[in-house]
This record gives sequence, C-alpha cells and structure tokens, in this order.
Amino acid sequence: MNRTSKILRYVSRRLLQGIPIILAIIVLNFFLLNLAEGDAVDVLAGEAGSATPEYMDQLRAKFGLDKPLPVQLLVYLKNVVTLDLGYSFRHDMPVSKLIVDRFWPTLLLMVSTIILAVGFGILLGLLAAVSLNTWKDAIITVFALITYATPLFWVGLMMIVVFSLNFGWFPTSGMENIAAFHEGFDRVKDIAHHLVLPTITLSLFYLALYTRMMRASMLEQYGLDYVVTARAKGLTERRITFVHVLRNALLPVVTMAGVQVGALIGGSVIVESVFAWPGLGMLAFESLFARDLNLLLGIFLLSSALVVAVNLIVDVIYSFLDPRIEIG
Amino acid sequence: MIDFWKRFSRNRSAVFGLAILVAVLFVATIASLIYPEDPFRLAGKPLSGPGLNGFLLGSDSLGRDVASGIAHGAKTSLLIGLIATLAAVFIGIIFGAFSGYYGGRIDDLLMRITEIFQTIPSFVFAILLVAIMKPSIESIVIAITVVSWPGVARLVRAEFLSLKNREFVQACHTLGMSDLRIMLREILPNCLSPIIVIGSLMVATAILIESGLAFLGLGDPNIMSWGFQIGAGRTMLRSAWWVCTFPGIAILITVLAINLVGEGLNDALNPRLRERQ
Repeated sequence: MNRTSKILRYVSRRLLQGIPIILAIIVLNFFLLNLAEGDAVDVLAGEAGSATPEYMDQLRAKFGLDKPLPVQLLVYLKNVVTLDLGYSFRHDMPVSKLIVDRFWPTLLLMVSTIILAVGFGILLGLLAAVSLNTWKDAIITVFALITYATPLFWVGLMMIVVFSLNFGWFPTSGMENIAAFHEGFDRVKDIAHHLVLPTITLSLFYLALYTRMMRASMLEQYGLDYVVTARAKGLTERRITFVHVLRNALLPVVTMAGVQVGALIGGSVIVESVFAWPGLGMLAFESLFARDLNLLLGIFLLSSALVVAVNLIVDVIYSFLDPRIEIG
Repeated sequence: MIDFWKRFSRNRSAVFGLAILVAVLFVATIASLIYPEDPFRLAGKPLSGPGLNGFLLGSDSLGRDVASGIAHGAKTSLLIGLIATLAAVFIGIIFGAFSGYYGGRIDDLLMRITEIFQTIPSFVFAILLVAIMKPSIESIVIAITVVSWPGVARLVRAEFLSLKNREFVQACHTLGMSDLRIMLREILPNCLSPIIVIGSLMVATAILIESGLAFLGLGDPNIMSWGFQIGAGRTMLRSAWWVCTFPGIAILITVLAINLVGEGLNDALNPRLRERQ
C-alpha cells in the first residue's frame, strides 16, 4: 500500500476517534446547562419583567423543557449536530451565527501568535542551546523563566501603559479604527497595527514554553549517537547543528504546538478582554456579564472542537515530518 | 533529610525561590496583624500615588489600600493554590493508580475520561464552571481542581505501570497482600517524588488560573485577591498605574518562586535526571 492511502486511512481513523470525545463534551455541556440555576424560560421571564406561572409552563412545553431529561438530551444532541446551539437572548441572535461572526478575529490573533511564538521560541531555544552556559544562554533562560510566571492580563495592561499611553505607538483597544472608514490595503494596515500588542502579549507565555522546550530538545539530540557519528565523519559543527540536530529537535516542539492550542484559547479570552479585541474570547467575557449561558456553552463547545481538530492536523503534519512514525 | 537539603541547595536559583516563597508566606500569615482592617474598607484619599497620604503602594479609585490588598491577597492566592492542588493530586492519584495497576478495561475507561478532560480547553472550562456555580471560594477551588487533575493521573499511571511488575510487588502478591494495600503502602510511596514535583508546579499554575478568573470578575466577591485588584484598577490605567502594577508584580514573583522551588525539587529528588542534563 502506498503512503498517501496509508495517510488517508490514518486520518479517517483519527477522525473516528475524535467523535466520541466531541460527543462526550456535548453531553457534558448539556449537564452543565442543567446544573445552572434556572432554565431558558426563567431567563425569558426575567427579560420580560414578569410572567405568569401558566405562561411559563406553556413556554416550557413549547421548548420541550417539560420532557424527561434523557429526551431533552437527545433533542440537545440533535440540535448540536445540526449546528443549532440555541438562542442568545441578550444579543437577539442565534448562538451559532454570533460565534461564526466572532471566530475570524480570534483565528487571526491565534495564527499570528502561533507564528510569532513558535518562530521566536525555536530561534531563542536554538541560540541558548548552541551557546550553552554562556551569558546568552543565561539571559534567554531567565527571560523564559520570568515570562513563564507572568499573568497574561497583567502583561497586556503593562503593554498598554508603556506603548499606548506613554509612547502612543499603538492603539489601546479594538481591532480597527471604524470611524476612519479605511478600505483595501489601508484597512489591512490598520488591523495589523491593532494586532501588534495583543499578539505580543499572547505570544509571551508560549514563547517561554517553546524556548525552554527547544533548548531541552536540542541538548537531548546533541547527546545521541548519530551526532558522534557525524563528528567522526568530520562534519563541521555548523552542519551538525543545522542539518542534523535542528531537524530532529523540531519534532517535539511541533507536537507541543498542537497540545497547547487549548491553553491558547484560554489565553485569548484574557488577552481579548484586555484589548477589547472583538473575537470569541471577548464574546465569552461579555456573556459572563450578561449571564448568557447558552452563548458561553456554545463558545466552550466550539473551542473544544477546535482543539480536537488541531490535534488531528498536528498528528498528520507530524507523520509527514517524521517518516519513522508508524501510521499504518 | 540533610542529604536532600544538600542536593536542593546545590541549585542556587531554587534556594532563591524558596527564600521569596518564605517571604510571601510570611506576609500572608501576618497580613491580619499589619493590616487588621478589612482590605475592602475605604482607607483614605482615593487614587493616592505610592508613598503619598500614608499609602505605601498607593490607593485605588475607592480609596482602598493597595498594599493591604496585596497582603490579604497573598493569603487567598496561596490558600486556593494549595487546596486546589491537593484535591487535584488526590483525584489524579486515584485515577492513575487504578488505571496503571489494573490495566485492561478499567485502564481504557479511566484514560478515555482523562483524555476528554485533557482535550477541553482548561481555562475556558474553569470560567464556565465558576460562572455556573456562582463565584465563591469553593467554586473556584472546584473549577481549578477539575481542570488540573488529568496531568497527575497520567503521571501516576505511568509510574504504576512501570512499578507493578517489579520484584518487590510480586513478593507482596506472594505474601497475600490485598491490592489496595499494595497500591497504597508499597507502590505509591515509590512514586512520591515525581508527584511532589508536579504538585509543586501545579500550585503555580493554580495561582495563575485563580488570578485570571478574579481578573475577569469571577473571584469571590467577599475575598480580596490579586486578580481582583488588577481587574478593578484597569479602568484607571491612565491615571493610576500603581493599582494594576503592584498586584501583578506580587503574582509574578510568587509564581516565579514556586516554579524555581519546583525545579529545585525535581533536581534534588531525581538525581539521575540531573546528571543526564
């Protein structure tokens, strides 16, 4: 069997493995929804100001909330599978539409963060490992230690104090200057300008993580037999580092980039609410204040699905990068 | 013990971390002595800068003393971090021990559950749990516990897997010991050191999660915490930088100290690992 069809089979098998996890998360979602005080009808009645108990019973019958729990669960499952995540009474919009609208800014933030964090993390880790036990290594290690321990929201606020309020280099919040009505390339430039501070803030923590991992990974590879062989062959240190060690050391870092996506989503809730970046995280923050549980659960569900998807993609990339990995 | 301290103190940054941690613990214990008043109380002129009007680190927009808040917040952070970690380690040990010791179907089932909890984005899940249970110190501890046990479960499982076929365990079987006794009295003590290391690092993560929740307005409304202070001060960022800055530094040095101690423990408890590096 050739490699492409092997990979296709592997992908479909991994997709099948992801389904029970998603199902379990949907069921968990349903129980959390039921755990919360009051149901959708209570929320509606609260919004309306007053409602008679008879009217509330009528509404419950209409939404199927008077049915036994297992039936409700099945209905909920069916709804989620058909991408019906309920209704946000606060925004007066279906949750799925709201989430899709706010998904793109978050994706933009996350992709730029991953590129920055992985790129610089690999670079710094490489530099630290190559100049092991020198001042460069020491500075990079201390930097990684400190950023690893800093709360993201605090970094964001300090960035605003220094770069927006003191120097006035970057805007304090938002994704674009709506009042300016930029179009075309100007708009792209405007968004990029707004993107700088949130991206740096969100990258810092992961930058520390990738730097540490890359350094450790490089050092581990240096100790392996193939490096001794390469030296014995008379290869230059430069060639050993960049051609042999670097490529092998990258593998665990790529895997970690996938594992960390869940944490990245959590971080983006904080960073988006600091910078008022209009993505999913900001939406989650708003729904907290509005007590809009349907919306919060929808965001939770989508972000879980995203983690499953990214892990799958990373596994596939991994199998391309490292032919030794058995995928059959 | 002396031997352990010798190995621990070889790592200078770990000793440095321990010193900071002891200082933070000291501040937390004497918080009620140096600032006997409620930290939420109006203590003087609002928005006083650091060192002005008798405020060591300034006051916020409601005239609350930032320094007093930091001292009382230290208690909250350390307590929540410690309790949540203990609970998570407890659950993780139960899951990991049964999974690794019995293997087979039990292992499959328990690991599937662990996997689901590992897939869920933990901070978003913590937000959701606290929002549903209503913010209180209990709901925060529960939320942090729920999102942090899977790591321990995986670690304990791996340790149990590698220990369960060792000769000393087989000897215990021959002696007719019960499974529970072998797990608790024989295998578990042998994997305590990695559990201590992961636990110490988890305290730091728990403090970060707690401060993040409090920053988003999901802290216990009756208890002062560093995240709450920063969240409350962010609207005055332009005019009163100190309200946000100092509690943030408190979080930073506490988490840093715990991480350093955790790494020191790792070096001291797993000497073989150290040599390999």
